[in-house]
Amino acid sequence: MMHNLIQISYFIAAFLFIFGLKRMSSPVTARDGIFWAGIGMLVATLITFLEPGMHNYLLMTTAIFVGGVAAFWSGKKVAMTDMPQMIALYNGMGGGAAGAIAAVELLKGEFHSQTFLTLAVLGALIGSVSFSGSMVAFAKLQGLIRRPMRFPGQQLFNIAVFLVALGFGAALVIQGEFTGSIILIFFAAALAYGLFMALPIGGADMPVVISLFNALTGLAVAFEGFVLNNAAMIIAGTVVGSAGTLLTQLMARAMNRSLGNVLFSSFGSSDAAGSDSVEGSLKPIDAVDAGVMMAFAERVIIIPGYGMAVAQAQHKIHELMEMLLARGVDVKFAIHPVAGRMPGHMNVLLAEANVPYDRLYDLDEINSAFPQTDVALVIGANDVVNPSARTSPDSPIYGMPILNADQAKNVIVIKRGQGKGFSGVENALFYGDNTRMLYGDGQAMVGELIEAIKEL
Amino acid sequence: MIEGMTALYIFMLAAVAGYEIIGRVPVILHTPLMSGSNFVHGIVLVGAMVALGHAQGPLEQLVGFIGVVLAAGNAVGGYVVTERMLEMFKSSKGSK
Repeated sequence: MMHNLIQISYFIAAFLFIFGLKRMSSPVTARDGIFWAGIGMLVATLITFLEPGMHNYLLMTTAIFVGGVAAFWSGKKVAMTDMPQMIALYNGMGGGAAGAIAAVELLKGEFHSQTFLTLAVLGALIGSVSFSGSMVAFAKLQGLIRRPMRFPGQQLFNIAVFLVALGFGAALVIQGEFTGSIILIFFAAALAYGLFMALPIGGADMPVVISLFNALTGLAVAFEGFVLNNAAMIIAGTVVGSAGTLLTQLMARAMNRSLGNVLFSSFGSSDAAGSDSVEGSLKPIDAVDAGVMMAFAERVIIIPGYGMAVAQAQHKIHELMEMLLARGVDVKFAIHPVAGRMPGHMNVLLAEANVPYDRLYDLDEINSAFPQTDVALVIGANDVVNPSARTSPDSPIYGMPILNADQAKNVIVIKRGQGKGFSGVENALFYGDNTRMLYGDGQAMVGELIEAIKEL
Repeated sequence: MIEGMTALYIFMLAAVAGYEIIGRVPVILHTPLMSGSNFVHGIVLVGAMVALGHAQGPLEQLVGFIGVVLAAGNAVGGYVVTERMLEMFKSSKGSK
């Protein structure tokens, strides 16, 4: 009786997860999607307390309380701009939990068959890699680790670490008898591999990597689900595993890079490329002139990037949009798939500032509109508007689809200083004849633009 | 007990479901959806609870405890963050 009740609850949970994710894949229904998935989680968690033959309830409740409160508090408190690293953090925790499950099962050493044992070890390996890798991703986005760490022979070293993890994992499976030291070395090597795998990856590639770790955690959860004979874990984990893999591919494709390229090449480390090929000069403009230019334009396209997020300028941008609209200027937003630190990052921030999402256009939808645009306002974006991606084959970003801001009649770039973008590549757009640079903090400069337009 | 082949079928069908869900998603929902799927694998909490529930001796209990803490963090944090992101889609719709 109890067994059936538990199984039915897991079935309902699995259904609600798929249903919720499906709802989340459309802007109109997205909000109740997370609600339904949340109900599924609640049902599954509560019913698990009734699982027969369990003890340690006090420990269990304490653990849920500690982890839950800490995550609730940090999740509520974090600024919208810092969302990506929080996703990395929570994802890593999931991977770590999958590893911990496997560790407990290995310590107990009671497996029904070799298959379950193999799955437990595989899940442990993947989960541990996801855990330490996600923590590195978190540390990087949080600014705790400033630059990619690279050393000669790194890839060989990484492969060696991976082989050690794999070897000791295989030893566990074949031996079937678990001594503490083998388990310890296996987990240490798996964790080390995740660490060393993520360390050399540049910050601009982090979204892809986080998405990959997300998929990996899903897979690890599914494997441990097989071990524990838990259908909800198998289904939810697998769904996330495959959805995450596809999402990772979509992101990598948006950057015109293969996944292997992201993981194993040292992007932006080639110092020679692109630094000497730019001609022309940087031409500054002040906010009053820029404001006038925009106020009397017919069509304006605003291109936000990570700089907008850092400067928290999205609310000012919204105000600017309203003012321009009131003057009869057609205002659109061009969103590059990888603008910011995650696909959709800009959309989320602009939505927070009440910019209607039907004003936001994808790369494909808007690129043909640039030649008829009077002013393209670039705020805090860099690599995603660099025409070198189209014109200069030796540039590291050559071939990446970009927003063709350089084809607009006038380009205004709001930028804090003369530094390079995340990829470390010089941006030819800034040197264009039709480009003017508005130096300053994003939020302050947009504020000055608004003042300038107000005074007209 | 889920038998070997049945398990494989479940695995295959769930993978197809996941692929289909993401297949036609507008770019604006990529981050919320990544966050949402991040929440969904928080179901690992259930497994961690079972593992801790059957743990014996201080070492197993310690590892199990850590597992439940991490899993609870995944589930709760994933929900809070996703909810906050999706909340904005309401306000943007309302202002139209």
